[in-house]
Amino acid sequence: MSTRVLAPRRSRRLRIPIIWWLLAATFLIAWLLVSQYGRGDFVAPSNLNNIVERSTALGIVAVGQTFAILVGSLDLSVAYLISVTAVMASFIMQGDPSRVPLALLVVFAIGGVVGVTNGLLVTKARINPLIATLGVGLILRGLLNASFQNFAGSVPASFQYLAYGSIGPIPVPMLLFAALVAIAALTLKRTRFGAHIYAVGGDRATARLSGIRSDRVVIGAHVVTSMTAVLTGLYLASRLRSGAPWIGTDGVYDLESIAAVVVGGTVLAGGRGGVLGTVAGVLIFATLDVMFNQLGIGSYTKQVLRGLIIIAAVAIYAYRSREVVG
Amino acid sequence: MTFGEPARPATQPTPAAAARRLRDSTATEDGATALAMRAIVKRFGAFTALDGVDFSCRVGEVHALVGENGAGKSTLMKVLTGAYQADGGEIELFGQRVSFGHPLDAQRAGISVIHQEFNLLPHRTVAQNIFLGREPHHFGILDERLLRQRVLQLLADLHVDHFLDPSTLVGELSVAQQQMVEIAKAMSFEARVVVMDEPTAALAAPEVEVLFGLIRKLTERGVTVVYISHRFREIFAIADRVTVLKDGVLVGTREREGLTSGELVRMMVGRDLADYYPERAKPEEIGDEVIAVRSGSNDVLHDIDMHVRAGEVLGVAGLQGAGRTELAQALFGVKPFTSGEVWLNGKQVHFRSPRDAVRRRMGFITEDRKSEGLALRQPIRDNVVLSFRAMQPLLARLGRDGSHGHPSVAELTRSVDVRAAGLYQEAQFLSGGNQQKVVLAKWLATAEDVLIFDEPTRGIDVNGKAAIHRLIREAAREGMAVLMISSELLEVIGMSDRIIVMREGTIAGELEAGASEAEIMALATHGLDPLEPEARAAAVPDEAVAVKPGARP
Repeated sequence: MSTRVLAPRRSRRLRIPIIWWLLAATFLIAWLLVSQYGRGDFVAPSNLNNIVERSTALGIVAVGQTFAILVGSLDLSVAYLISVTAVMASFIMQGDPSRVPLALLVVFAIGGVVGVTNGLLVTKARINPLIATLGVGLILRGLLNASFQNFAGSVPASFQYLAYGSIGPIPVPMLLFAALVAIAALTLKRTRFGAHIYAVGGDRATARLSGIRSDRVVIGAHVVTSMTAVLTGLYLASRLRSGAPWIGTDGVYDLESIAAVVVGGTVLAGGRGGVLGTVAGVLIFATLDVMFNQLGIGSYTKQVLRGLIIIAAVAIYAYRSREVVG
Repeated sequence: MTFGEPARPATQPTPAAAARRLRDSTATEDGATALAMRAIVKRFGAFTALDGVDFSCRVGEVHALVGENGAGKSTLMKVLTGAYQADGGEIELFGQRVSFGHPLDAQRAGISVIHQEFNLLPHRTVAQNIFLGREPHHFGILDERLLRQRVLQLLADLHVDHFLDPSTLVGELSVAQQQMVEIAKAMSFEARVVVMDEPTAALAAPEVEVLFGLIRKLTERGVTVVYISHRFREIFAIADRVTVLKDGVLVGTREREGLTSGELVRMMVGRDLADYYPERAKPEEIGDEVIAVRSGSNDVLHDIDMHVRAGEVLGVAGLQGAGRTELAQALFGVKPFTSGEVWLNGKQVHFRSPRDAVRRRMGFITEDRKSEGLALRQPIRDNVVLSFRAMQPLLARLGRDGSHGHPSVAELTRSVDVRAAGLYQEAQFLSGGNQQKVVLAKWLATAEDVLIFDEPTRGIDVNGKAAIHRLIREAAREGMAVLMISSELLEVIGMSDRIIVMREGTIAGELEAGASEAEIMALATHGLDPLEPEARAAAVPDEAVAVKPGARP
């Protein structure tokens, strides 16, 4: 047993993560079902476009949520922050292109404050992230509802380029989303910040004993999450021409982003996973949405099926991780 | 030889480190004092863990620090590295007064500790782990080539580059390889003092050999190694000097040359130690076979044939990883045998879960009482009735103490002599010995036939140990079949009526009561002795070590 045990295993197995198989399977099943029972062509460009479009809003914030979850935290305030951003942006812009920079400055500042607050509550005050971020979210909602009851202001037409423009055949939001994913993936893989995120999420004590200032890493991750929520809010404002106080919560971006991250293979306890899995998770959700629509399945049935899929995905991970570790 | 004279200067990092080397180079002659701890005192409340301990190491030596559990070895090292603050005494490192507030400070000053539990991230690579928190980067962007280069250099310097690839995930490595990663990490901090806490606890014999080679490599480079262990043959094989602690007091520091293992035992245990092991079972006290396994196998174990009779204590010895705990788990239905037969009281049984075993009146005092044996935040009362309550029918009337008449909690805790403020004290606030007694009381409420103990006295002080030993013997005397797993050879020898030795997932052999350490080790290692002949000769226990029946040496 000696030499065999001690010899290095050079197997950095380059496996395709299971989530991409799941995505492919979901897509194929959807394709089959729709061509059999549904109306319309599932693989028509317009339909594929539709899938990606539906993914964008959730995708942006889910990428950010991945950061929070990787450090072993999570963020329930994103839905409220999305509402705040959309409303504040369109309220400040008032359809005037010259006010766009001011609006951006304000919403990103709000995002920064919310992210740092979440991070401080989780690290310095040692409040459970579930409670801390929910509390922050409720505060945001209260402040927002006290000031706005309906669509407030509007964004200028030029700002809507963000949601509706296209470069060649490719829609602008798709490009921006791809860029965001690439930056996020590289940050996690190629930067010191990314390495520390995995370290802190993997074992906070070990990270601390290695000299990593883990509190700062957690706070940084929360700021990233909040910033992506701001981006989602801006995207939605651009799409809807105006922001309303309910758009974030109506989209259930808090729970859905967490679900997408977990379905994408990131471990809820932190330290393992990545944004590419999250993107696959988001695409699975969108594919299912489109499929259900084309099959004419009612929205309540839809929710039941989604719930089942989330549970099934996580069960598969639990089973596989037992296999690997055990 | 001066320390850290780089073999290939290109990899030696940072000007600060170079400056530090320069500053210290005056004091690093071989034989000079690397580390001196003087009159160290450490108290925890009323308990004095260290009472004026002196400990000093020379540059480039391997200094074994030995003593029973609770003797203060770990506490002393924690004081050294700043994990604990001493209540008295002073520490000098290479002639300079030091006092560390955090293990990280100690690490920066050149003291690294390799704990039994590794501080490694399983899902990160070897390279990422070694330079965790100190990754080479340019404006936040990692330089992975430089990282890999440095790690390769480090591994090459330690001559372990053929054992480890920097890009392997640590979770995929064997324990021995993970230990190498820890040592490489220590060397990446340019450690000059490396503390190894029971480094061979989880290693197989050939791996121990590799570790010893590595340790010699370190000392050649002028690194001082503090080697915490209670394995005599290792101490005699690798140490230059030995320091013995007992109950927080320094017994003495001796050159290994000329020290016999008999003397060492006497230093460790003390001449006048009153706690003898309880008397073994008399032949007439041993009854029929209670539990037996015939060619039992599962994914870890194979060809297990064994039995335990009523009234006897069967000791299970073997190296870490030999399958001892797995045997207990298989018997108790935690990870059952997948083939073979298990017989209990003359009937064949098929346990699928621990519940099946509990129902058949078996008890399992696990190795890790804090996570597996106790609900730490619950009072003693609830802990004691944990199993009993679980086995009652859904609508059973359990009465105020949850036991409904049947052995009351008060009786049970009295019978094992739990010393606590009251039955409502939370288990987490009890001492290790009393916690173990609560676990035992829990099982005495339901078990009547078989008790399995896995490392029953780990982390328990000397007096607590004696009490647990007595209780184990009492359980056997009342007719239970007792299986006792232990890594402490003296405990196995002192307690058992019969000993089985495990190796590589099966039973390597059976020994009579009073077998010697050497006999057990021979079976456990299959004669594959990691040590050189002369070292082995030195380690052969002399007369004083062989434990006389019924008594400690």
